[in-house]
Amino acid sequence: MSDVVLEVKDLHTYFELEEGTLKAVNGVSFSIRKNRTLGVVGESGCGKSVTAQSIMRITPKKNSKISGQILLHRASGAVDLARLDEDGDEMRDLRGREIAMIFQEPMTAFSPVHTVGNQIMEALFVHGERDKSAARKRVIALLDEVGIPAPERRIDEYSFQLSGGMRQRSMIAMAIVLNPRLLIADEPTTALDVTIQSQILRLMKRLQRDNGMAIMFITHDLGVIATMADDVAVMYLGKIVEYGAARQIFKDPKHPYTKGLIRSIPKFGATDGAHLATIEGTVPVPLDPPDACPFANRCGEFIAGKCDVRMPAAVTVAPGHSVSCVLYE
Amino acid sequence: MSFSKYLIQRLIYAVLVLIVISFLIFMIVQLPRGDAVDRIVNARQAQGDIITEEDEAALRAQYGLDKPIFVQYFIWATQFARGNMGHSMLGIPVDKLINERIAATVLLSVISLIVTYALAVPIGIYSATRQYSLGDYFWTFVGFIGLATPNFLLALILLFLFHKFFGLSIGGLFSPGVEEQPWSLAKALDLLNHLWIPIIVIVTAQTAGTIRTMRATLLDELGQQYVVTARAKGLRYRQLLFKYPVRLALNPVVNSIGYILPRLISGQTIVAIVLNLPTLGPLLFSALLAEDLELATSILMIQSILAVIGVILGDIILSLYDPRIRMEKGVS
Repeated sequence: MSDVVLEVKDLHTYFELEEGTLKAVNGVSFSIRKNRTLGVVGESGCGKSVTAQSIMRITPKKNSKISGQILLHRASGAVDLARLDEDGDEMRDLRGREIAMIFQEPMTAFSPVHTVGNQIMEALFVHGERDKSAARKRVIALLDEVGIPAPERRIDEYSFQLSGGMRQRSMIAMAIVLNPRLLIADEPTTALDVTIQSQILRLMKRLQRDNGMAIMFITHDLGVIATMADDVAVMYLGKIVEYGAARQIFKDPKHPYTKGLIRSIPKFGATDGAHLATIEGTVPVPLDPPDACPFANRCGEFIAGKCDVRMPAAVTVAPGHSVSCVLYE
Repeated sequence: MSFSKYLIQRLIYAVLVLIVISFLIFMIVQLPRGDAVDRIVNARQAQGDIITEEDEAALRAQYGLDKPIFVQYFIWATQFARGNMGHSMLGIPVDKLINERIAATVLLSVISLIVTYALAVPIGIYSATRQYSLGDYFWTFVGFIGLATPNFLLALILLFLFHKFFGLSIGGLFSPGVEEQPWSLAKALDLLNHLWIPIIVIVTAQTAGTIRTMRATLLDELGQQYVVTARAKGLRYRQLLFKYPVRLALNPVVNSIGYILPRLISGQTIVAIVLNLPTLGPLLFSALLAEDLELATSILMIQSILAVIGVILGDIILSLYDPRIRMEKGVS
């Protein structure tokens, strides 16, 4: 397991609100290896973005509390990001250089009054580059690499002058400019139309092949997961309910929630007028949640007196495939 | 479109706007019953003179008041455009009266504007980055007090306090007798000595609003995605604060030059009267009271011109400052 880049153990991220404690991430463990992609899938509000922000240590400062371990493995040994001061030099040095992030909305992720080039080069300058013309050359080459035509002109343009796809490509360029070992992509294709989406996914795969970086790919789109991910973590209400190789999860989903998600993928050539399967209800807000299966109130296989009394432990159902559900205990 | 083209376009619009304004001003000032001749006649009759109908008609012809109003406007406007503003009722050329006061008006307005921003922007940044802290509440409190206190009242209080405790008369812009002297270091120092009182009075009200704007927009910008992006790159909070959110939050503040400057130029009349400031406001006020139409029209026109210049300046600065506006207007 020497190629493990990031290892998250029992991560909890809580937000102290006036209404109570919001347990956005509530005991999550996973690891990501070099050259591999972990897909994190779940509905809005399941805690997947907060998990990513916790790893970057960029959760809202005022009221968030992180516990557990976030181990970043380096040649010089592991460092626990959860222990670092989020504003300290050590954490800042890791951000961008070791772990980088791509965001969902490339329009708002760039400042509208600074050129794209300025913002990409900034990542270099923050991490010690002094030579301006070298930085500029590097960024032009990189823009070319991510498939932006006329990069020597585009580098001086503003984000609002670029198309959505171009913006996301620039964003990727900004993230990988320092060759990070872990790239966190938080819904990078959600705001794009489908053809651009597949171009971006192909680009990310190519970059991974070239650089060997580990990718944490967050999405609610199972189709995207199927193309991108080697491993899949299915999240629900701050917990990973099922974890395993992508192939296993799609072929043989165990958790009722995962099954529901896969059933709700529209099938090509489905009979006209057939309704798409849905999961009833919505994700509840995890304000002071009870210590029970979070999916219990929406589950079709709910067993009273079992599901609502305690949180089921993760059970290994096949090598590398675990599920947290009383049905398999 | 090049920048100079944009500028020329703006100037053409400005001239059109001023033509419309001049027409409105001319009409509104002429609205009250009676005209200059009526007043002259009344005044002479009060002195016991006997004025015949023919005398009145002759006077009307002399002042051009027998012509249709549009012709009158045209004559006045062309004269004004040539810099000929006529005479006030006291026989003093209007341009001389205005010239005496325009420098003080512009000086006070511009300095007030600069002081307003110099105070409001840092305080706004402080308040936004420390939202709901003691300091934030303190400045909010001070701001609202400043906003709620009528300017003239503040001016009166300051006048009173300075007189009572320091025996100083702080009205006007110069000490008695200094104004007529030629410019020297002593005169400049004397001016500075007097200038800060009206500046304080004017700035208290302006600053509060600008602090609120700065605080609100910066809070908005701090929640934007690009702030998270910058943090994710490894920037220090202070670095990113000034490079991104503050820069964007300054946008409406820069924009406000376009309306604060005109307000400073044409407003503040009561304060100027209380503090005996030689600006255009009190001159306009007395001209209106005396129904000195020629003078009032000219002052209003000059104030409008200054206001339009203020708006153009605001626009130009904003388009230099924000590429989105520059590009939208096709200026590169």
